[in-house]
Amino acid sequence: MTDRDMETDHLPENTGGAGHGAVTTVAEDPFQDPGLPAHRPRVTDLDPRAAKRAERQVALLFMIAVVGVIGSMVCYTFVPNTKVHRFTGLGTVNMNNLALGLCLGFAFLALGCGAIHWARTLMTDVDLVQERHPMKSDPESTAFAVSEFKQGVADSGFTKYPLIRRSLLTAMMVLPLPAVWLLRDLGPMPKDALRHTLWAPGMKLVNPNTGQPLRVSDVTVGTLALANPANLNDDPDERIDNLAKAAVLVVRLPQEALKGSEAQKKKQWDWSVDGVMAFSKICTHVGCPVALYEQQTHHMLCPCHQSTFDLSDDGKVIFGPAARSLPQLPITVDADGNLVAVSDFREPVGPSFWERG
Amino acid sequence: MSATTAPGAGAAGEYGDVKTDPVSNWADERLGIYKGSKNLIRKVFPDHWSFLLGEIALFSFILILLSGVFLTLWFNPSMGEVEYHGSYLPLDGVSMSQAYASTLNISFDVRAGLLMRQVHHWAALIFLMAIMVHMLRIFFTGAFRKPREINWLIGFTLMVLGLLEGFAGYSLPDDLLSGTGLRIASGVILSIPIVGTYVSYFLFGGNFPGHDFIPRLFTIHVLLIPALIVGLVTAHLILVFVQKHTQWAGPGKTNDNVVGLPLLPVYTAKAGGFMFVIFGVVFLLAGLVQINPIWAYGPYTPDQISAGSQPDWYIGFLEGSLRMMPNWEWNIWGHTLSFNVLIPSLVVPGILFTALAVWPFLEQWITGDKREHHILDRPRNRPSRTAIGVGGITFYGVLWLAGGNDLIATHFHLSVEALTWTFRVLIFLGPALAYWCTKRIALGLQRRDKDKVLHGRETGIIKVSLEGEFTEVHEPLSAGERYRLTAHEVQKPLELGPATDENGVERPGNRALKLRAKASKAMFSDHVETTVEEYKEIEAGHGHH
Repeated sequence: MTDRDMETDHLPENTGGAGHGAVTTVAEDPFQDPGLPAHRPRVTDLDPRAAKRAERQVALLFMIAVVGVIGSMVCYTFVPNTKVHRFTGLGTVNMNNLALGLCLGFAFLALGCGAIHWARTLMTDVDLVQERHPMKSDPESTAFAVSEFKQGVADSGFTKYPLIRRSLLTAMMVLPLPAVWLLRDLGPMPKDALRHTLWAPGMKLVNPNTGQPLRVSDVTVGTLALANPANLNDDPDERIDNLAKAAVLVVRLPQEALKGSEAQKKKQWDWSVDGVMAFSKICTHVGCPVALYEQQTHHMLCPCHQSTFDLSDDGKVIFGPAARSLPQLPITVDADGNLVAVSDFREPVGPSFWERG
Repeated sequence: MSATTAPGAGAAGEYGDVKTDPVSNWADERLGIYKGSKNLIRKVFPDHWSFLLGEIALFSFILILLSGVFLTLWFNPSMGEVEYHGSYLPLDGVSMSQAYASTLNISFDVRAGLLMRQVHHWAALIFLMAIMVHMLRIFFTGAFRKPREINWLIGFTLMVLGLLEGFAGYSLPDDLLSGTGLRIASGVILSIPIVGTYVSYFLFGGNFPGHDFIPRLFTIHVLLIPALIVGLVTAHLILVFVQKHTQWAGPGKTNDNVVGLPLLPVYTAKAGGFMFVIFGVVFLLAGLVQINPIWAYGPYTPDQISAGSQPDWYIGFLEGSLRMMPNWEWNIWGHTLSFNVLIPSLVVPGILFTALAVWPFLEQWITGDKREHHILDRPRNRPSRTAIGVGGITFYGVLWLAGGNDLIATHFHLSVEALTWTFRVLIFLGPALAYWCTKRIALGLQRRDKDKVLHGRETGIIKVSLEGEFTEVHEPLSAGERYRLTAHEVQKPLELGPATDENGVERPGNRALKLRAKASKAMFSDHVETTVEEYKEIEAGHGHH
């Protein structure tokens, strides 16, 4: 690209030149810069009483700041942190917080307004003009810097000794590697951990709130029950990690409500106990817990990104960004009538990942 | 030999006739403060309200640092489980992480703790808002042009760091809302092809959520990113000083000067005062308006969520991007490619941010303008840039609105499905429409300016001629105003000569040049020009009346 590409001949400073001599009302270039306008004095520049008044106003604002700062320390000490009060428009407010916020807020505001008022009324408002210089270095500096640099390079022998140069570059290239390598112990290898949950053959489904095993009779059509594996609390250290994969929701669907192919309907029914069926609670989009159940339609909605799953159609996605059905957990009843898992989930739960397949 | 009589130390005589004080002399002999500051003390800064936006970011950042230090005195960045027994009775006996418990402690038991938490949060929201509005100001006025491209990139990096820092801080208290945000982040990381699973395992130290993430995030939030921000802010400000501030066109203001008020005293007082005004506003907000009441959300647990979950405002565009994306996922050769997560959370912001970062260079390539620019553009005088900017804002705005589609649906009784589809259409249509409208409006405003220059200002005085004709009296503009409205250059499209020379040899770099000409044509074909000739002609015409 060269300067020839730039349109410059239309620039105002270039468009002046010879005007029409006949038109005397117009300057040679009517668009030229008339220069900085004359300074217009303010009231405080002209009237000493106005200046005095401004001085008092600034001082008053600064004193308000002093009062506010001291007030904040008084409030800190004497307004109890436990005292709350309900104000219309503000809601329930911690009085200590309110008092501190008001004192310090007004103190800062007064200090700031005082300084600005001072600047606007009493400090100079006569515009100063300073030159700009191009950022580019002047030729002498450039020549000097370049020769100094060349001298430095020559003194180092950087170009003279190729072996040193190349081995140094190699060293610099491998140098950053440990910065990544040494981070290896940040975490374990994923292995197949994302494919497994705590669910195993015979594992009881328990109510997360009571810890009691869930029974078929606990789940009626239209209710949404939550369930955890019975061994969730066995390892307190891993409890939350395990819960993040194993949480299930339990619903009951009448057989005639099921949709889809015969094979799918059969699978869904076979994995249930009399229509009581368990689905993963972890959204297959990015892992939020799906939580909103529409009783009539058996739709489950994830509140994070509104992915909607139709539980009567094997948990299929009917709306939103999730791409996969909610995995169903095959369940049955044990000898005592408690709901238990037949096996672990038959596919990984939660968000997709590269190795999922 | 005592210190006070030591030769040189504070001896005013060495400074010639100038009266200096011993303390300054002491410092000067060690730091050279006189020569270092001689050009700084009365350095001129141009004045305009829009130059204060960056200051808002700077001052709220200072407040974030100060309140953040306060919070670290009590915050315990640990994911160890404890049973809560503090002042907040509704959560008494509930099992939670120490991070969450200590945040409750700061909110209810530490005096001024809640205030500092709210100052920290409000200041962070204002910080990011100010950065983005400041960035828009720079964009629309062309302040990113040479020589300020590097400072644009520094500012851009600061914006990205600010977003990360905000999200990190938001995630630390380990409440239900922020934990859900991290869960989403982990899902996004898992979607990265090939390395996603490993990155997630290394970040979280194993399964999500694990025990390591909050302590790690804490170090990133209080040390790594703040250090980077402080360093880059310093560089940002040094460049503003070295390159001097831009200014608006106006009488006496040229590309070769700076017109304004001196650093000492006016700018110091105004900027210092403005800092305290920002402090005051944030403290009043913190005292009066509750923000992020983590106690109401409860501790994080991966199997619970509340409806209407929303991130902080600056993450909203990513949230909306995720929400409106169709559910595309590929399964090839035993591997999963989650376009439904990958595109909205990584590709879309990647494109948006890359476009933002390279814009100064792209524009310079199209215009071929390699000169220094210190006079700001009025947005109307650069219709295409302004239109592209408004198109970008619209794109961002649609993403952002889509992030609240559930709340919009419940508030206005709309179907969330219909809303999502509307956003899916709007994300393409909106920016295009915004581009077109903005360009037309900008050109219209330019014509209005031209009209004013040529025919003068409408006075509102109606004159009736003897024939009964009504006309409005126009008053000629002052020379200064005329200059202000005509000082800008009119960029015209690049004209390409024949692609081959007389020997039929193709011009080197022809393809790039053609692309450039096309971009130039798209951007600069429509332009409004006011020439001296037009003005003189009209003036001459007036004489004949």
